[in-house]
Amino acid sequence: MTRLGPVHEIPLGEGRTYAVDGEMVAVFRLRDGSLRALQAVCPHRGGPLADGQIDLKVVVCPLHLNAFDLNTGCSLSGQPDLTVYAVDVDDDNHLVVTTRASSEVSS
Amino acid sequence: MQSTQRLVVIGNGMAGARTVEEILARGGDFTITMFGDEPYGNYNRIMLSNLLAGVEDEAGIFLNDLSWYADNGITLHVGTRIEKIDRTHKVVIATDGTRTPYDKLIIATGSSSWTPPIKGIHNPKRGFHQGVFAFRTLDDTRGMIRYARDHERAVVIGGGLLGLEAARGLQNHVSHVTLLHAMGHLMNMQLDERAGAMLKASVEGKLGVDVIVDAMTTEILGKDRVTGVKLADGTVIDCDVVVVAAGIRPNTQVAADSGLTVERGIVVDDQMRADGEDDIYVVGECAQHRGELYGLVAPLWDQAKVLADHVTGRNAAAAYTGSKLSTKLKVAGIDVAAMGLKEPETDADEVIVYSEPRKGIYKQVIIRDGLLVGATLVGDNRKAAALIQAFDQGQALPEERAEMLFDIGGPAGEVKPEDMPDDAQVCNCNGVSKGAICGVVNAGCKTVNGVMDKTRAGKGCGTCKPLVQRIVEWAAGGEVEEDPAASWYVPGVPMPKPELMAAIRQYGLRSVSSVFAKLVPGGEEDAKSKMGLASLLKMMWGEDYVDERDSRFINDRVHANIQRDGTFSVVPQMKGGVTTPAQLRRIAEVAEKYAVPMVKLTGGQRIDLLGIPKETLPKIWADLDMPSGYAYAKSFRTVKTCVGSDYCRFGVGDSTALGIALEERFQGIEGPGKMKLAVTGCPRNCAEAYVKDLGVVAIDGGRWEIYVGGAAGAHIRKGDLLATVDSADEVITLTGRFLQYYRENANWLERTYAFVPRLGIDRVRAVVVDDSDGIAAELDAAMDASVGAYRDPWKERAEPVTPGQFRTSLPLVVLPQVPVRVSGGVA
Repeated sequence: MTRLGPVHEIPLGEGRTYAVDGEMVAVFRLRDGSLRALQAVCPHRGGPLADGQIDLKVVVCPLHLNAFDLNTGCSLSGQPDLTVYAVDVDDDNHLVVTTRASSEVSS
Repeated sequence: MQSTQRLVVIGNGMAGARTVEEILARGGDFTITMFGDEPYGNYNRIMLSNLLAGVEDEAGIFLNDLSWYADNGITLHVGTRIEKIDRTHKVVIATDGTRTPYDKLIIATGSSSWTPPIKGIHNPKRGFHQGVFAFRTLDDTRGMIRYARDHERAVVIGGGLLGLEAARGLQNHVSHVTLLHAMGHLMNMQLDERAGAMLKASVEGKLGVDVIVDAMTTEILGKDRVTGVKLADGTVIDCDVVVVAAGIRPNTQVAADSGLTVERGIVVDDQMRADGEDDIYVVGECAQHRGELYGLVAPLWDQAKVLADHVTGRNAAAAYTGSKLSTKLKVAGIDVAAMGLKEPETDADEVIVYSEPRKGIYKQVIIRDGLLVGATLVGDNRKAAALIQAFDQGQALPEERAEMLFDIGGPAGEVKPEDMPDDAQVCNCNGVSKGAICGVVNAGCKTVNGVMDKTRAGKGCGTCKPLVQRIVEWAAGGEVEEDPAASWYVPGVPMPKPELMAAIRQYGLRSVSSVFAKLVPGGEEDAKSKMGLASLLKMMWGEDYVDERDSRFINDRVHANIQRDGTFSVVPQMKGGVTTPAQLRRIAEVAEKYAVPMVKLTGGQRIDLLGIPKETLPKIWADLDMPSGYAYAKSFRTVKTCVGSDYCRFGVGDSTALGIALEERFQGIEGPGKMKLAVTGCPRNCAEAYVKDLGVVAIDGGRWEIYVGGAAGAHIRKGDLLATVDSADEVITLTGRFLQYYRENANWLERTYAFVPRLGIDRVRAVVVDDSDGIAAELDAAMDASVGAYRDPWKERAEPVTPGQFRTSLPLVVLPQVPVRVSGGVA
């Protein structure tokens, strides 16, 4: 588990990328207030997914408009799927993300 | 409790079986009994000509084999003919005397082949004379194939659709075929005389079938078996096979004998019930609806749906109101498509004809009140799908009528999906093959937009969309589902643009989230709709628009154009493409200071600084201290100009000054698509004004021509002349009005090159120049408000508008990844 900045660093309906244990993780703050964390780089051509537009279900890569399910990371347009990370907030409203590396360390 | 109702169907052809399928699909709870005259399950009668031509085998034409009936609990009596319906006791009586009771009855007896009164055609002992065949049933076809195998010369009587298909099919079995047609030209039901003559030439020239028109067959010759036919004029044609394809007659005997109303067919109401009967339905070729008999398959599908809706109670208001008829000839190498009228009926009908006899091409469309009411294509079917669609759905027609007959400005030869290999690349932007598209269709996605979403085909420059559509139509075998979303402004809000705008005004919706909440059932937001809605709301509300930054595309969030590596490009404003040494010096200093990987001139006469990391953007803007050049938004982009009358010895107008004035006024105005403009100082057109969204051309005498709807990107189109005006002020007024009309009426991402032809330049001119709708003042005022609300977005640099607005989204990647070019060389 890695503690990141405060949740209000991410505007409602947008995403921001964090470097966590050598991985780039895009954290999205959905308009219903919930959070999702996915691999930050589009598997198609390396697009920055945190710059993509989202709704409550999908993120759309800004480069070629490939869409991915925010919950499962599954591609909705024939690309490889994204890695999904666990994300939450702690008592101080800071983001907490669990990557593979950090979960291995903690376990 | 009432037990399950008994449904009896007389007829097991395409109409009867399809209707039962429709009833089952609606969960209709009946005990079903079907009576079929022919000893088979249900087969596709239309495919008999393919069977005859050897391109299909028998197994391939069966629609429902006998196990389907068993699986669905249907009792099928094959080879059993119903002789009478006892309406009082609600029973049907078979020729063998068996009685079957019904609660609901469907008559689907179809048609029989019609035999003209010709001497010697019948043999008193065995029906037809030996060697004579009808062409209606599987048994007819089997017999014909068996007999033709050992014979040489065939005559087909009847030059309609079926006769032509029979003639082509028989060529597969005999060496010589003659087609006799009693009327003056082939396919006279569907074609006019000229088209018929063109078809005759093709059938003779390309297929090698002899065709004789005005050929009244009077006698079949030959004692034991056919040896020839004799015509009314005494001509004798030697042959050993005769196929009669002279038309069909509905099978109405059982209905007439049972007291139902029979005219040419069995008379039905709009619910497909026999005249005055509550429990007896009629469907297919034997039904006469509003005076019409239908002999094609498409109307039958429509009828079956209405019947099923009504008899199952699924939709008691279901009504069949008649079908529009279109047909294609299924003969390899001979293209014929016909729909609606074959010739004009009134002087007011607009008729467009193209005829090229040397190639056997004939095309005709008939238009009434702006709608397609008839079309004929002979020798070139490429526009058939588009015409059938326009005809069936009453679509608006292109102002350029020739576009209905030819592909203008598109790729040269329209490839047929069936001719393309599976690995052929269809979408050159996103690299999608025909095979990938077909795969998605076969997996059950049958809307064009759905397939485009899943494969990304057609989502690049968009030029391949028509081909994608054709492939989807082909792969779905005509079962393409209409996509309701096709008419919506954005995919996530179920409304076309005018309704959407009205609703936005009615409820005073000023933010994208409020539009989703109020106008989408369930209130669900949609990522792909946000940008289009943001643009629309900004246009409608101006300063009162509630800007939610997440609705913006990344380019609009950071006022720069995202590049392939996640860096951005920066294009400062340079009105009219005119700059100064001071500006150039500052740009050069900035480029050096930030080690800008590439400095490039754009097609719109601007300077582009490429490869800028997001976090550097505010600093660069501050150092440049120039306004945004808007090279990133769906908005007014640039006005390209030539040097005009100030310098050019040919210039007749001050194009540079006008270009600067236009850009000054309309900078940054957002719209449904990009707006690229140009002003050129003379008709030599160095600024390419003819191929811009709006292009202005100075002509001698101090006048200006305004062209709209031009393009020179993936799509190339010369703009249409909107107006010729006397002053630069008038150019500015009309430009504002046209752009506002476009902003309010174009669909999202619909560029002017699509918008102008969709409405027609006459309509656009009427509104924009002649104020036919009385909205010119409103348009001008709306544009004034937008111009007034303009703020240079590059001022948004001291303080980020949102947290981390300019934070990198790829923190572990060293940007730029694009190659760095120095002093024009290759890095």
